[in-house]
Amino acid sequence: MNPKRRQKLALIGLLVLGVGAAVGLTLFALKQNINLYYDASAVARGEAPVGPSFRLGGLVVVGSVLRASDSLKVEFRLTDCEREVPVRFQGILPDLFREGQGIIAMGKLGADGVVEASEVLAKHDENYMPPEVAEGMKDVDACRAAQKAMAKALEARS
Amino acid sequence: MIPELGHFALITAFVVASFQALIPLWGAQTGQNRLMAVARPAAFLQFALLSLAFACLTQAFVVNDFTVAYVAQNSNSLLPLRYRISAVWGAHEGSLLLWALTLAGWTAAVALFSRRLPREMVARVLGVMGVIAVGFLSFLLFTSNPFRRLLPDFPLDGGDLNPLLQDFGLIVHPPLLYMGYVGFSVAFAFAIAALLAGRLDSAWARWSRPWTTVAWCFLTVGIALGSWWAYYELGWGGWWFWDPVENASFMPWLVGTGLIHSLAVSEKRGVFKSWTVLLAIAAFSLSLLGTFLVRSGVLTSVHAFASDPVRGLFILGFLGVIVGGSLLIYALRAGGVRSEGSFELLSRETGLLLNNVILAVCALVILLGTLLPLLSDAFGWGKLSVGPPYFNTVFPALMVPLFFLMGAGAWLRWKRHGLAEWFRRARFSLALCLVLALGLTLWLGKKPMAVFGVSFLALWILAGVWIDLGDKLKHALSWTAGLRRLSRSQWGMLLAHAGIAVCALGAVFTTVLSEEHDLRLTPGQSVAVADYRLAFSGLKEVDGPNYQAMRGEFQVYEGEALLTTLYPEKRAYTVNRTSMTEAAIKPGLLHDLYVSLGEPLDGGAWAVRVYYKPLVRWIWLGALLMALGGALAVSDPRYRLARQQAKASLGKGVEAA
Repeated sequence: MNPKRRQKLALIGLLVLGVGAAVGLTLFALKQNINLYYDASAVARGEAPVGPSFRLGGLVVVGSVLRASDSLKVEFRLTDCEREVPVRFQGILPDLFREGQGIIAMGKLGADGVVEASEVLAKHDENYMPPEVAEGMKDVDACRAAQKAMAKALEARS
Repeated sequence: MIPELGHFALITAFVVASFQALIPLWGAQTGQNRLMAVARPAAFLQFALLSLAFACLTQAFVVNDFTVAYVAQNSNSLLPLRYRISAVWGAHEGSLLLWALTLAGWTAAVALFSRRLPREMVARVLGVMGVIAVGFLSFLLFTSNPFRRLLPDFPLDGGDLNPLLQDFGLIVHPPLLYMGYVGFSVAFAFAIAALLAGRLDSAWARWSRPWTTVAWCFLTVGIALGSWWAYYELGWGGWWFWDPVENASFMPWLVGTGLIHSLAVSEKRGVFKSWTVLLAIAAFSLSLLGTFLVRSGVLTSVHAFASDPVRGLFILGFLGVIVGGSLLIYALRAGGVRSEGSFELLSRETGLLLNNVILAVCALVILLGTLLPLLSDAFGWGKLSVGPPYFNTVFPALMVPLFFLMGAGAWLRWKRHGLAEWFRRARFSLALCLVLALGLTLWLGKKPMAVFGVSFLALWILAGVWIDLGDKLKHALSWTAGLRRLSRSQWGMLLAHAGIAVCALGAVFTTVLSEEHDLRLTPGQSVAVADYRLAFSGLKEVDGPNYQAMRGEFQVYEGEALLTTLYPEKRAYTVNRTSMTEAAIKPGLLHDLYVSLGEPLDGGAWAVRVYYKPLVRWIWLGALLMALGGALAVSDPRYRLARQQAKASLGKGVEAA
């Protein structure tokens, strides 16, 4: 084999090795960091795994938001109008987080059945519903209307 | 009347673009000069017509013409004039009009600055750009007409612009980004024209180099501005989120960076030519893909204003035609391309090849992470998301070898470079960089792995710049004389590489050394961050033109000295009833202090974010250095001289054939 050809072979070998390493790393990183989505019913039925983090979507149940008086800890429940799931979070909630609003929480399910959220996402305006949340629900409008009615009732009482 | 005039101008521009697409290409294939001559006037006319259409839409915003549906949805009589003007491109229809106008602008620029290019080349380049324009203008006219009227029942006032977009950042970010995205269409058109002509020579590479670099500069500044805007406007201090929309702009940037380098090899050494063409096709295809991702509404993010399946399908179809068509031409024509030069394993060519491979792999990896959730949903594999940790694992792992190669390879010679000679030149710098990086790591005493890694690589890149400079000045009489004789492209490369080092330092230091506190504060309390003390003295209500705000007041002390007072705001926009966080920042070259208001809590307390961000400005400073480097390289007079020579040599080539 002449030196020229050997060099070309070395270059190709180097490239294959490098690209192979990149592919391996990519697959490894993907495996670690894919987050599946579950709606509230699925989590309540125990379909979500305990341990790895996943995304949970639903409407924030009206009247369920409880804040600690000395820290940024907050608890609330998410619903898809069939089942409810309790969520704990510590930190600053996004501007568009409200009771009755459709949101997505990223977090891990604890042994006590509470989702420890590391991140809470609420986007767009008050009428926006994350598509995952909308798709998991049987009747989006009815669900939203039920939450709004609940909010009105709470307001009237106070 | 004026919106109808704009609509009419848009339709006329569509017709002109159709002529520009068909006639010159036909003329170039059949060798008819009269047909080829149509290209230039058509390009100018199309630009004039789209400018008119854009002016008409702007006028509708300025005079608050709420009979126009687009104005009614995205403006309001209370909106300040500057935001009424920037609202023109604040949502789907208008931003597509800006896209089309930018494309027409680039086309007109090519028509204007290509006087010295061969007639067939100009005709083909402008023809290909005409094809792209036809696609976008028909998209505008058939699915997203910005001039649609709401008659007779029009609203008395508009729905207001998304508050996130009421900001200086939005005024400049999209136009710059579009200049970059669309600018790659020129490189694409040159590549397709060269394929059609069956002549991939170094002249073609030289012609498309300055255009590619200009587009890349715009894209660089556009992305940096977007990152800066996200940092101060989204209210939680992040500067990069690996959001699909950001990835959509970053992928063309990565491939474009590769393209700039591989064009240099193709021009100077006559190798990698078919690879360069492929990169040019890929860069523009990724720009189109970005447009598809952002505009079709397949993603949910701040940028996805509309979700309309017809629009998505249209862009997807257009993307298919452009990518499929260009790859078909590539497959038919690129087979006959022969490399003219040869090179050895240790040479500048190999270095640039590795640069290209890493950048391309990086773009692919990001593409995978961006599209996987969409594909998984479309094929029914379940709903999943790929989070930032994926990108934060893979991206740095690819950047480490790339940065090492930048320092090691930027000063390699073409063709061959002896290994012993390389080591003799590099060993001192290598040792110095290691020692300095180790010193910095020990001095900081935090996050040793990341700090050592990035500071070594940044220093190593600078060392590469330094060695390269030394090589160039070897034969000069003195340093000053040598520096003065450096060409602008050489300065450009040095600056751009230094920019990467600065940007990398900023990115990693901010990521690993930031102090972030989310706190519950009542007025009167204070908090210590890094070397500062922040005192929360209270809140008051203030009224803006179209919002009400709670404005917090924070005194910043260093020791006992009062440095400044920060005023973060929580705004409630009246018309579309959304609330917005306006962070207050004490900027600095070495660190930023960042305060933003969360939400009111019981007992007069507020949730407050207080961040200390070291070197965060370096991220954008580095990007500016890169863009400045690109601008210097383009301004090199050799491109203008070279064009004349190219014409001469091409003339000879034709005679010989």
